[in-house]
Amino acid sequence: MAETSSLIQIKGIRDGLLITLGGADWADLATAFVKNVDERSSFFNGARVALDVGVNELRVAELSALRDQLSERGIALWAVLSESRVTETTAQNLGLATRISKPRPMEVREVVDELPGDAAKWVKGPLRSGGRVQFDGNIVVMGDVNPGAEIVASGSVIVWGRLRGVVHAGAQGDDQAVVCALELAPTQLRIAGEIAVSPKKQGKSQPEIACLKDGQLVAKPWQDLTGR
Amino acid sequence: MTAKVVTVASGKGGVGKTTSVANIAVALASRGQKVTCIDGDIGLRNLDVILGLENRIVYDLVDVIEGRCRLRQAMIRDKRLPELYLIPAAQTRDKTAVSPSDMVRLCDELRQEVDWIIIDSPAGIERGFKNAIAAADRVLVMTNPEVSAVRDADRVIGLLDAEEKGPAALVINRLDPAMVKRGDMLSVEDVLDLLAVELIGIIPEDENVIVASNRGQPLALDGKSKAGQAFQNIARRLMGEQVPFMDLESQNLFQRLLGRK
Repeated sequence: MAETSSLIQIKGIRDGLLITLGGADWADLATAFVKNVDERSSFFNGARVALDVGVNELRVAELSALRDQLSERGIALWAVLSESRVTETTAQNLGLATRISKPRPMEVREVVDELPGDAAKWVKGPLRSGGRVQFDGNIVVMGDVNPGAEIVASGSVIVWGRLRGVVHAGAQGDDQAVVCALELAPTQLRIAGEIAVSPKKQGKSQPEIACLKDGQLVAKPWQDLTGR
Repeated sequence: MTAKVVTVASGKGGVGKTTSVANIAVALASRGQKVTCIDGDIGLRNLDVILGLENRIVYDLVDVIEGRCRLRQAMIRDKRLPELYLIPAAQTRDKTAVSPSDMVRLCDELRQEVDWIIIDSPAGIERGFKNAIAAADRVLVMTNPEVSAVRDADRVIGLLDAEEKGPAALVINRLDPAMVKRGDMLSVEDVLDLLAVELIGIIPEDENVIVASNRGQPLALDGKSKAGQAFQNIARRLMGEQVPFMDLESQNLFQRLLGRK
Protein backbone atom coordinates (compact mmCIF):
# COMPACT_ATOMS: atom_id res chain seq x y z
CA MET A 1 0.00 0.00 0.00
CA ALA A 2 2.85 2.37 0.86
CA GLU A 3 3.99 1.90 -2.69
CA THR A 4 0.62 2.74 -4.24
CA SER A 5 0.13 5.83 -2.10
CA SER A 6 3.26 7.30 -3.66
CA LEU A 7 1.46 6.98 -6.98
CA ILE A 8 -1.07 9.56 -5.85
CA GLN A 9 0.01 13.14 -6.48
CA ILE A 10 -1.99 16.01 -5.09
CA LYS A 11 -1.65 19.53 -6.45
CA GLY A 12 -3.57 22.70 -5.73
CA ILE A 13 -5.05 24.36 -8.83
CA ARG A 14 -7.30 27.35 -9.29
CA ASP A 15 -10.41 25.17 -9.33
CA GLY A 16 -9.60 23.08 -6.27
CA LEU A 17 -7.35 20.04 -6.18
CA LEU A 18 -5.81 18.15 -9.07
CA ILE A 19 -5.11 14.57 -8.16
CA THR A 20 -3.02 12.41 -10.43
CA LEU A 21 -3.48 8.66 -10.14
CA GLY A 22 -1.38 6.37 -12.27
CA GLY A 23 1.06 3.54 -12.63
CA ALA A 24 -0.94 0.80 -10.96
CA ASP A 25 -4.09 -1.25 -11.24
CA TRP A 26 -7.22 0.94 -11.02
CA ALA A 27 -8.85 -1.01 -8.19
CA ASP A 28 -5.69 -0.58 -6.06
CA LEU A 29 -5.41 3.08 -6.98
CA ALA A 30 -9.02 3.83 -6.10
CA THR A 31 -8.79 1.99 -2.78
CA ALA A 32 -5.50 3.69 -1.93
CA PHE A 33 -6.93 7.08 -2.81
CA VAL A 34 -10.08 6.62 -0.71
CA LYS A 35 -7.88 5.40 2.17
CA ASN A 36 -5.69 8.46 1.72
CA VAL A 37 -8.81 10.65 1.89
CA ASP A 38 -10.03 8.91 5.05
CA GLU A 39 -6.66 9.47 6.73
CA ARG A 40 -6.75 13.18 5.99
CA SER A 41 -10.47 13.81 6.04
CA SER A 42 -10.16 17.34 7.45
CA PHE A 43 -7.91 18.35 4.56
CA PHE A 44 -10.19 16.85 1.91
CA ASN A 45 -13.60 17.70 3.36
CA GLY A 46 -15.50 20.08 1.09
CA ALA A 47 -12.85 19.92 -1.64
CA ARG A 48 -13.53 20.20 -5.37
CA VAL A 49 -11.46 17.56 -7.04
CA ALA A 50 -10.27 16.98 -10.60
CA LEU A 51 -8.79 13.55 -11.24
CA ASP A 52 -6.07 12.80 -13.77
CA VAL A 53 -6.28 9.06 -14.41
CA GLY A 54 -3.69 8.87 -17.18
CA VAL A 55 -4.14 5.87 -19.45
CA ASN A 56 -6.61 4.01 -17.22
CA GLU A 57 -9.70 2.89 -19.15
CA LEU A 58 -12.65 3.43 -16.85
CA ARG A 59 -16.23 2.26 -17.28
CA VAL A 60 -19.23 4.04 -15.79
CA ALA A 61 -19.54 1.58 -12.91
CA GLU A 62 -15.95 2.18 -11.77
CA LEU A 63 -16.04 5.94 -12.09
CA SER A 64 -19.50 6.38 -10.55
CA ALA A 65 -18.50 4.13 -7.63
CA LEU A 66 -15.51 6.35 -6.89
CA ARG A 67 -17.61 9.50 -7.36
CA ASP A 68 -20.20 8.17 -4.87
CA GLN A 69 -17.50 7.17 -2.38
CA LEU A 70 -15.99 10.64 -2.61
CA SER A 71 -19.33 12.40 -2.30
CA GLU A 72 -20.03 10.41 0.87
CA ARG A 73 -16.82 11.94 2.22
CA GLY A 74 -17.86 15.46 1.31
CA ILE A 75 -15.71 15.68 -1.82
CA ALA A 76 -17.13 16.92 -5.10
CA LEU A 77 -15.59 15.27 -8.14
CA TRP A 78 -16.08 17.70 -11.02
CA ALA A 79 -13.59 16.70 -13.68
CA VAL A 80 -11.74 13.65 -14.95
CA LEU A 81 -8.75 14.03 -17.24
CA SER A 82 -7.58 11.08 -19.24
CA GLU A 83 -5.59 10.02 -22.25
CA SER A 84 -8.16 7.28 -22.90
CA ARG A 85 -11.14 8.02 -25.16
CA VAL A 86 -13.20 5.47 -23.26
CA THR A 87 -12.63 7.21 -19.96
CA GLU A 88 -13.40 10.61 -21.46
CA THR A 89 -16.70 9.35 -22.83
CA THR A 90 -17.52 7.78 -19.46
CA ALA A 91 -16.80 11.05 -17.69
CA GLN A 92 -18.96 12.98 -20.16
CA ASN A 93 -21.80 10.50 -19.67
CA LEU A 94 -21.64 11.13 -15.95
CA GLY A 95 -21.72 14.88 -16.53
CA LEU A 96 -18.12 15.44 -15.47
CA ALA A 97 -15.81 17.88 -17.20
CA THR A 98 -12.91 16.42 -19.15
CA ARG A 99 -10.85 19.61 -19.35
CA ILE A 100 -9.66 21.97 -16.66
CA SER A 101 -8.77 25.57 -17.39
CA LYS A 102 -5.33 24.65 -18.68
CA PRO A 103 -5.77 21.92 -21.26
CA ARG A 104 -3.32 19.07 -21.18
CA PRO A 105 -0.83 19.23 -24.04
CA MET A 106 -2.44 17.48 -27.00
CA GLU A 107 -0.54 14.83 -28.80
CA VAL A 108 0.22 16.19 -32.24
CA ARG A 109 -1.03 13.76 -34.81
CA GLU A 110 -0.77 14.12 -38.54
CA VAL A 111 -4.17 13.42 -40.09
CA VAL A 112 -3.69 12.67 -43.73
CA ASP A 113 -7.08 11.51 -44.93
CA GLU A 114 -9.17 14.29 -43.47
CA LEU A 115 -12.02 15.52 -45.62
CA PRO A 116 -12.12 19.23 -46.37
CA GLY A 117 -14.68 21.27 -44.45
CA ASP A 118 -15.36 22.58 -40.98
CA ALA A 119 -15.23 20.57 -37.82
CA ALA A 120 -18.47 18.95 -36.70
CA LYS A 121 -19.42 17.17 -33.53
CA TRP A 122 -21.17 13.87 -34.01
CA VAL A 123 -23.80 13.10 -31.38
CA LYS A 124 -25.58 9.78 -31.16
CA GLY A 125 -29.17 10.32 -30.06
CA PRO A 126 -31.68 10.40 -28.68
CA LEU A 127 -30.78 13.54 -26.81
CA ARG A 128 -33.19 13.49 -23.88
CA SER A 129 -34.54 16.17 -21.57
CA GLY A 130 -31.67 17.70 -19.59
CA GLY A 131 -29.10 16.73 -22.22
CA ARG A 132 -27.00 19.59 -23.56
CA VAL A 133 -24.48 19.67 -26.39
CA GLN A 134 -22.34 22.71 -27.01
CA PHE A 135 -19.67 22.86 -29.69
CA ASP A 136 -17.55 25.44 -31.43
CA GLY A 137 -18.44 24.29 -34.96
CA ASN A 138 -21.24 22.27 -36.53
CA ILE A 139 -23.27 19.64 -34.72
CA VAL A 140 -24.82 16.53 -36.23
CA VAL A 141 -27.30 14.57 -34.14
CA MET A 142 -28.24 11.07 -35.17
CA GLY A 143 -31.61 10.56 -33.47
CA ASP A 144 -34.36 12.61 -31.85
CA VAL A 145 -33.79 15.74 -29.79
CA ASN A 146 -36.51 15.69 -27.14
CA PRO A 147 -38.14 18.67 -25.40
CA GLY A 148 -35.92 19.90 -22.57
CA ALA A 149 -32.69 19.13 -24.45
CA GLU A 150 -30.45 21.93 -25.70
CA ILE A 151 -28.06 22.22 -28.63
CA VAL A 152 -25.72 25.18 -29.00
CA ALA A 153 -23.38 25.40 -31.99
CA SER A 154 -21.29 28.23 -33.35
CA GLY A 155 -22.00 26.72 -36.79
CA SER A 156 -24.96 24.81 -38.22
CA VAL A 157 -27.03 22.02 -36.71
CA ILE A 158 -28.31 18.94 -38.50
CA VAL A 159 -30.70 16.57 -36.77
CA TRP A 160 -31.39 13.23 -38.39
CA GLY A 161 -34.56 12.75 -36.38
CA ARG A 162 -37.22 14.89 -34.73
CA LEU A 163 -36.02 18.18 -33.33
CA ARG A 164 -38.23 19.23 -30.42
CA GLY A 165 -35.78 20.76 -27.95
CA VAL A 166 -34.10 24.17 -27.95
CA VAL A 167 -31.56 24.76 -30.68
CA HIS A 168 -29.17 27.66 -31.20
CA ALA A 169 -27.13 27.74 -34.41
CA GLY A 170 -24.57 30.44 -35.13
CA ALA A 171 -24.36 31.05 -31.40
CA GLN A 172 -21.44 33.42 -31.84
CA GLY A 173 -23.22 35.53 -34.41
CA ASP A 174 -22.83 33.58 -37.65
CA ASP A 175 -25.98 34.50 -39.59
CA GLN A 176 -25.15 32.03 -42.37
CA ALA A 177 -25.75 29.10 -40.02
CA VAL A 178 -28.71 26.81 -40.72
CA VAL A 179 -30.74 24.25 -38.79
CA CYS A 180 -32.23 21.25 -40.52
CA ALA A 181 -34.12 18.28 -39.23
CA LEU A 182 -36.31 15.44 -40.48
CA GLU A 183 -39.04 17.00 -38.38
CA LEU A 184 -38.42 20.59 -37.41
CA ALA A 185 -40.54 21.36 -34.36
CA PRO A 186 -38.17 22.90 -31.79
CA THR A 187 -39.42 24.42 -28.55
CA GLN A 188 -37.36 27.43 -29.57
CA LEU A 189 -35.17 28.04 -32.58
CA ARG A 190 -32.33 30.53 -32.52
CA ILE A 191 -29.97 31.49 -35.30
CA ALA A 192 -27.35 34.12 -34.43
CA GLY A 193 -29.35 36.79 -32.55
CA GLU A 194 -32.85 35.86 -33.80
CA ILE A 195 -35.32 33.80 -31.79
CA ALA A 196 -38.49 32.06 -32.98
CA VAL A 197 -40.89 29.44 -31.72
CA SER A 198 -42.32 26.74 -33.97
CA PRO A 199 -45.79 27.41 -35.32
CA LYS A 200 -48.39 24.72 -34.58
CA LYS A 201 -48.09 22.26 -37.41
CA GLN A 202 -50.83 20.34 -39.11
CA GLY A 203 -50.63 17.39 -41.43
CA LYS A 204 -47.66 15.25 -42.24
CA SER A 205 -44.28 16.50 -41.21
CA GLN A 206 -41.44 16.68 -43.67
CA PRO A 207 -37.75 17.47 -43.55
CA GLU A 208 -37.19 21.19 -43.25
CA ILE A 209 -34.38 23.70 -43.15
CA ALA A 210 -34.39 26.94 -41.19
CA CYS A 211 -32.14 29.89 -41.97
CA LEU A 212 -31.96 33.66 -41.69
CA LYS A 213 -33.30 35.63 -44.63
CA ASP A 214 -33.13 39.43 -44.43
CA GLY A 215 -32.91 39.22 -40.65
CA GLN A 216 -36.00 36.97 -40.46
CA LEU A 217 -36.03 33.33 -39.39
CA VAL A 218 -37.64 31.23 -42.10
CA ALA A 219 -38.23 27.51 -42.40
CA LYS A 220 -38.92 25.78 -45.68
CA PRO A 221 -39.38 22.20 -46.82
CA TRP A 222 -36.17 20.47 -47.82
CA GLN A 223 -37.52 19.53 -51.30
CA ASP A 224 -37.64 23.17 -52.37
CA LEU A 225 -33.88 23.35 -52.22
CA THR A 226 -33.29 20.41 -54.49
CA GLY A 227 -35.23 22.16 -57.24
CA ARG A 228 -37.87 19.46 -57.58
CA MET B 1 -31.52 -17.79 -4.57
CA THR B 2 -30.30 -14.65 -6.25
CA ALA B 3 -32.76 -11.82 -6.17
CA LYS B 4 -33.42 -9.42 -9.00
CA VAL B 5 -33.38 -5.81 -7.85
CA VAL B 6 -36.06 -3.70 -9.52
CA THR B 7 -36.32 0.04 -8.85
CA VAL B 8 -39.41 2.08 -9.67
CA ALA B 9 -38.57 5.71 -10.51
CA SER B 10 -40.30 8.61 -12.24
CA GLY B 11 -38.73 12.01 -11.67
CA LYS B 12 -42.12 13.67 -11.18
CA GLY B 13 -43.98 13.08 -7.94
CA GLY B 14 -47.51 11.79 -7.64
CA VAL B 15 -47.54 9.57 -10.72
CA GLY B 16 -48.06 6.41 -8.67
CA LYS B 17 -44.61 4.99 -7.89
CA THR B 18 -45.39 3.88 -4.35
CA THR B 19 -48.80 2.42 -5.25
CA SER B 20 -47.17 0.49 -8.09
CA VAL B 21 -44.34 -0.83 -5.93
CA ALA B 22 -46.91 -2.10 -3.42
CA ASN B 23 -49.05 -3.70 -6.12
CA ILE B 24 -46.21 -5.22 -8.13
CA ALA B 25 -44.74 -6.66 -4.93
CA VAL B 26 -48.12 -8.08 -3.92
CA ALA B 27 -48.65 -9.50 -7.41
CA LEU B 28 -45.24 -11.21 -7.39
CA ALA B 29 -45.79 -12.57 -3.89
CA SER B 30 -49.24 -13.89 -4.84
CA ARG B 31 -47.47 -15.90 -7.56
CA GLY B 32 -45.35 -17.68 -4.99
CA GLN B 33 -42.30 -15.45 -5.30
CA LYS B 34 -40.38 -14.30 -2.26
CA VAL B 35 -40.38 -10.51 -2.33
CA THR B 36 -38.92 -7.73 -0.23
CA CYS B 37 -39.83 -4.14 -0.96
CA ILE B 38 -37.71 -1.27 0.26
CA ASP B 39 -39.08 2.23 0.78
CA GLY B 40 -36.36 4.57 -0.50
CA ASP B 41 -38.27 7.74 0.35
CA ILE B 42 -36.53 8.53 3.62
CA GLY B 43 -38.31 11.30 5.51
CA LEU B 44 -41.55 10.94 3.52
CA ARG B 45 -42.37 7.29 3.83
CA ASN B 46 -45.65 5.98 2.39
CA LEU B 47 -45.16 2.42 1.27
CA ASP B 48 -45.93 1.09 4.75
CA VAL B 49 -49.29 2.88 4.71
CA ILE B 50 -50.29 1.55 1.30
CA LEU B 51 -49.34 -1.98 2.31
CA GLY B 52 -51.24 -1.52 5.59
CA LEU B 53 -48.16 -2.24 7.71
CA GLU B 54 -47.65 1.17 9.32
CA ASN B 55 -48.39 0.08 12.89
CA ARG B 56 -45.88 -2.75 12.79
CA ILE B 57 -42.73 -0.74 12.20
CA VAL B 58 -40.08 -1.20 14.87
CA TYR B 59 -36.82 -0.83 12.92
CA ASP B 60 -36.26 0.86 9.56
CA LEU B 61 -33.79 1.10 6.69
CA VAL B 62 -31.56 3.64 8.44
CA ASP B 63 -31.42 1.45 11.57
CA VAL B 64 -30.08 -1.41 9.43
CA ILE B 65 -27.53 0.80 7.68
CA GLU B 66 -26.31 2.37 10.90
CA GLY B 67 -26.07 -1.04 12.57
CA ARG B 68 -28.75 -0.61 15.23
CA CYS B 69 -30.46 -3.83 14.16
CA ARG B 70 -29.96 -6.81 11.94
CA LEU B 71 -31.45 -6.86 8.45
CA ARG B 72 -33.95 -9.56 9.45
CA GLN B 73 -35.31 -7.43 12.28
CA ALA B 74 -36.24 -4.59 9.94
CA MET B 75 -38.10 -6.87 7.52
CA ILE B 76 -41.81 -6.64 8.27
CA ARG B 77 -43.75 -9.69 7.15
CA ASP B 78 -47.05 -9.00 5.39
CA LYS B 79 -50.27 -10.11 7.06
CA ARG B 80 -51.80 -11.63 3.92
CA LEU B 81 -48.85 -12.98 1.98
CA PRO B 82 -46.21 -14.82 4.03
CA GLU B 83 -43.57 -14.37 1.32
CA LEU B 84 -43.85 -10.58 1.22
CA TYR B 85 -41.65 -8.33 3.34
CA LEU B 86 -41.22 -4.59 3.69
CA ILE B 87 -38.18 -2.65 4.83
CA PRO B 88 -39.67 0.73 5.73
CA ALA B 89 -37.93 4.09 5.41
CA ALA B 90 -37.02 6.21 8.42
CA GLN B 91 -39.43 9.07 8.90
CA THR B 92 -37.31 11.22 11.20
CA ARG B 93 -34.24 11.38 8.95
CA ASP B 94 -33.51 12.56 5.41
CA LYS B 95 -31.98 11.18 2.22
CA THR B 96 -28.41 11.91 3.30
CA ALA B 97 -28.69 9.23 5.99
CA VAL B 98 -28.20 6.64 3.23
CA SER B 99 -25.56 6.47 0.51
CA PRO B 100 -25.57 4.59 -2.81
CA SER B 101 -22.94 2.14 -1.55
CA ASP B 102 -25.03 1.45 1.57
CA MET B 103 -27.88 0.41 -0.73
CA VAL B 104 -25.59 -1.83 -2.79
CA ARG B 105 -24.30 -3.51 0.38
CA LEU B 106 -27.81 -3.97 1.80
CA CYS B 107 -29.17 -5.46 -1.43
CA ASP B 108 -26.19 -7.79 -1.76
CA GLU B 109 -26.97 -9.13 1.70
CA LEU B 110 -30.67 -9.52 0.82
CA ARG B 111 -30.08 -11.10 -2.58
CA GLN B 112 -29.35 -14.51 -1.08
CA GLU B 113 -32.67 -14.63 0.76
CA VAL B 114 -35.36 -13.56 -1.70
CA ASP B 115 -36.37 -13.72 -5.38
CA TRP B 116 -37.21 -10.04 -5.82
CA ILE B 117 -36.18 -6.77 -4.23
CA ILE B 118 -38.47 -3.93 -5.28
CA ILE B 119 -37.22 -0.43 -4.41
CA ASP B 120 -39.49 2.60 -4.27
CA SER B 121 -37.55 5.66 -5.42
CA PRO B 122 -38.47 9.12 -4.16
CA ALA B 123 -39.45 11.81 -6.66
CA GLY B 124 -36.62 13.95 -7.97
CA ILE B 125 -33.22 13.15 -9.45
CA GLU B 126 -31.02 13.91 -6.45
CA ARG B 127 -29.51 11.81 -3.68
CA GLY B 128 -32.64 9.75 -2.95
CA PHE B 129 -32.94 8.76 -6.61
CA LYS B 130 -29.23 7.92 -6.81
CA ASN B 131 -29.61 5.74 -3.70
CA ALA B 132 -32.61 3.95 -5.15
CA ILE B 133 -30.98 3.05 -8.48
CA ALA B 134 -27.50 2.22 -7.14
CA ALA B 135 -28.26 -1.47 -6.69
CA ALA B 136 -30.87 -1.86 -9.43
CA ASP B 137 -30.62 -4.60 -12.06
CA ARG B 138 -33.67 -3.20 -13.78
CA VAL B 139 -35.45 0.16 -13.55
CA LEU B 140 -39.13 0.69 -14.25
CA VAL B 141 -39.86 4.30 -15.17
CA MET B 142 -43.34 5.40 -14.24
CA THR B 143 -45.26 8.09 -16.06
CA ASN B 144 -48.79 9.41 -16.51
CA PRO B 145 -50.17 10.33 -19.92
CA GLU B 146 -49.45 14.01 -19.21
CA VAL B 147 -46.88 16.21 -20.89
CA SER B 148 -45.07 17.22 -17.69
CA ALA B 149 -44.80 13.65 -16.38
CA VAL B 150 -43.52 12.43 -19.75
CA ARG B 151 -40.85 15.18 -19.80
CA ASP B 152 -39.61 14.10 -16.38
CA ALA B 153 -39.63 10.44 -17.42
CA ASP B 154 -37.52 11.39 -20.43
CA ARG B 155 -35.00 13.09 -18.15
CA VAL B 156 -34.86 10.08 -15.85
CA ILE B 157 -34.38 7.68 -18.79
CA GLY B 158 -31.47 9.85 -19.95
CA LEU B 159 -29.90 9.77 -16.48
CA LEU B 160 -30.32 5.99 -16.32
CA ASP B 161 -28.59 5.61 -19.69
CA ALA B 162 -25.70 7.75 -18.45
CA GLU B 163 -25.35 5.61 -15.31
CA GLU B 164 -25.55 2.46 -17.47
CA LYS B 165 -28.66 1.35 -15.63
CA GLY B 166 -30.63 1.26 -18.87
CA PRO B 167 -32.50 0.31 -20.87
CA ALA B 168 -35.40 1.37 -18.71
CA ALA B 169 -38.85 -0.22 -19.01
CA LEU B 170 -41.86 2.08 -19.08
CA VAL B 171 -45.09 1.89 -17.08
CA ILE B 172 -47.90 4.22 -18.12
CA ASN B 173 -50.24 4.80 -15.19
CA ARG B 174 -53.74 6.31 -14.95
CA LEU B 175 -54.62 5.97 -18.61
CA ASP B 176 -58.24 6.89 -19.33
CA PRO B 177 -59.25 5.25 -22.64
CA ALA B 178 -62.33 7.46 -23.00
CA MET B 179 -60.26 10.65 -22.70
CA VAL B 180 -57.73 9.31 -25.19
CA LYS B 181 -60.57 8.56 -27.60
CA ARG B 182 -61.84 12.14 -27.29
CA GLY B 183 -58.32 13.38 -27.98
CA ASP B 184 -58.05 14.96 -24.51
CA MET B 185 -55.22 12.74 -23.26
CA LEU B 186 -51.91 11.56 -24.66
CA SER B 187 -52.25 8.06 -26.04
CA VAL B 188 -49.87 5.18 -25.34
CA GLU B 189 -48.47 5.71 -28.85
CA ASP B 190 -47.85 9.42 -28.17
CA VAL B 191 -45.88 8.60 -25.03
CA LEU B 192 -43.86 5.81 -26.63
CA ASP B 193 -43.18 7.99 -29.65
CA LEU B 194 -41.31 10.47 -27.47
CA LEU B 195 -39.67 8.15 -24.95
CA ALA B 196 -38.71 5.34 -27.33
CA VAL B 197 -38.27 2.65 -24.67
CA GLU B 198 -39.75 -0.77 -23.99
CA LEU B 199 -43.27 -0.75 -22.51
CA ILE B 200 -43.88 -3.13 -19.62
CA GLY B 201 -47.28 -2.03 -18.35
CA ILE B 202 -50.35 0.10 -18.91
CA ILE B 203 -52.52 0.74 -15.88
CA PRO B 204 -56.00 2.16 -16.46
CA GLU B 205 -57.41 4.97 -14.33
CA ASP B 206 -59.38 3.30 -11.55
CA GLU B 207 -60.84 5.00 -8.48
CA ASN B 208 -60.57 1.74 -6.57
CA VAL B 209 -56.81 2.32 -6.45
CA ILE B 210 -57.31 5.26 -4.08
CA VAL B 211 -59.81 3.35 -1.95
CA ALA B 212 -57.44 0.39 -1.74
CA SER B 213 -54.46 2.59 -0.85
CA ASN B 214 -56.38 4.30 1.93
CA ARG B 215 -57.41 0.94 3.36
CA GLY B 216 -53.91 -0.52 3.08
CA GLN B 217 -55.27 -3.36 0.92
CA PRO B 218 -53.34 -3.35 -2.38
CA LEU B 219 -55.56 -3.77 -5.41
CA ALA B 220 -53.52 -6.53 -7.00
CA LEU B 221 -55.08 -8.91 -4.44
CA ASP B 222 -58.48 -8.19 -6.03
CA GLY B 223 -58.99 -10.35 -9.10
CA LYS B 224 -61.83 -8.28 -10.55
CA SER B 225 -60.30 -4.83 -10.89
CA LYS B 226 -58.73 -3.88 -14.23
CA ALA B 227 -55.94 -1.95 -12.53
CA GLY B 228 -55.24 -4.95 -10.29
CA GLN B 229 -55.02 -7.16 -13.38
CA ALA B 230 -52.66 -4.70 -15.01
CA PHE B 231 -50.31 -4.98 -12.01
CA GLN B 232 -50.54 -8.78 -12.15
CA ASN B 233 -49.57 -8.55 -15.83
CA ILE B 234 -46.50 -6.44 -15.00
CA ALA B 235 -45.46 -9.06 -12.44
CA ARG B 236 -45.82 -11.82 -15.06
CA ARG B 237 -43.79 -9.82 -17.58
CA LEU B 238 -41.06 -9.26 -14.97
CA MET B 239 -41.01 -13.03 -14.47
CA GLY B 240 -40.32 -13.45 -18.17
CA GLU B 241 -43.80 -14.36 -19.44
CA GLN B 242 -45.13 -12.92 -22.69
CA VAL B 243 -48.42 -11.30 -21.75
CA PRO B 244 -50.42 -9.31 -24.31
CA PHE B 245 -51.57 -5.85 -23.25
CA MET B 246 -55.17 -5.68 -22.01
CA ASP B 247 -57.90 -4.31 -24.19
CA LEU B 248 -58.91 -1.25 -22.18
CA GLU B 249 -61.51 -0.09 -24.67
CA SER B 250 -63.98 -2.77 -23.63
CA GLN B 251 -64.26 -1.16 -20.21
CA ASN B 252 -66.70 1.53 -21.32
CA LEU B 253 -70.19 1.66 -19.87
CA PHE B 254 -72.17 1.23 -23.07
CA GLN B 255 -70.50 -2.07 -23.89
CA ARG B 256 -70.85 -3.21 -20.30
CA LEU B 257 -74.60 -2.56 -20.49
CA LEU B 258 -74.70 -4.62 -23.65
CA GLY B 259 -73.24 -7.42 -21.59
CA ARG B 260 -69.92 -7.62 -23.39
CA LYS B 261 -66.85 -8.37 -21.37
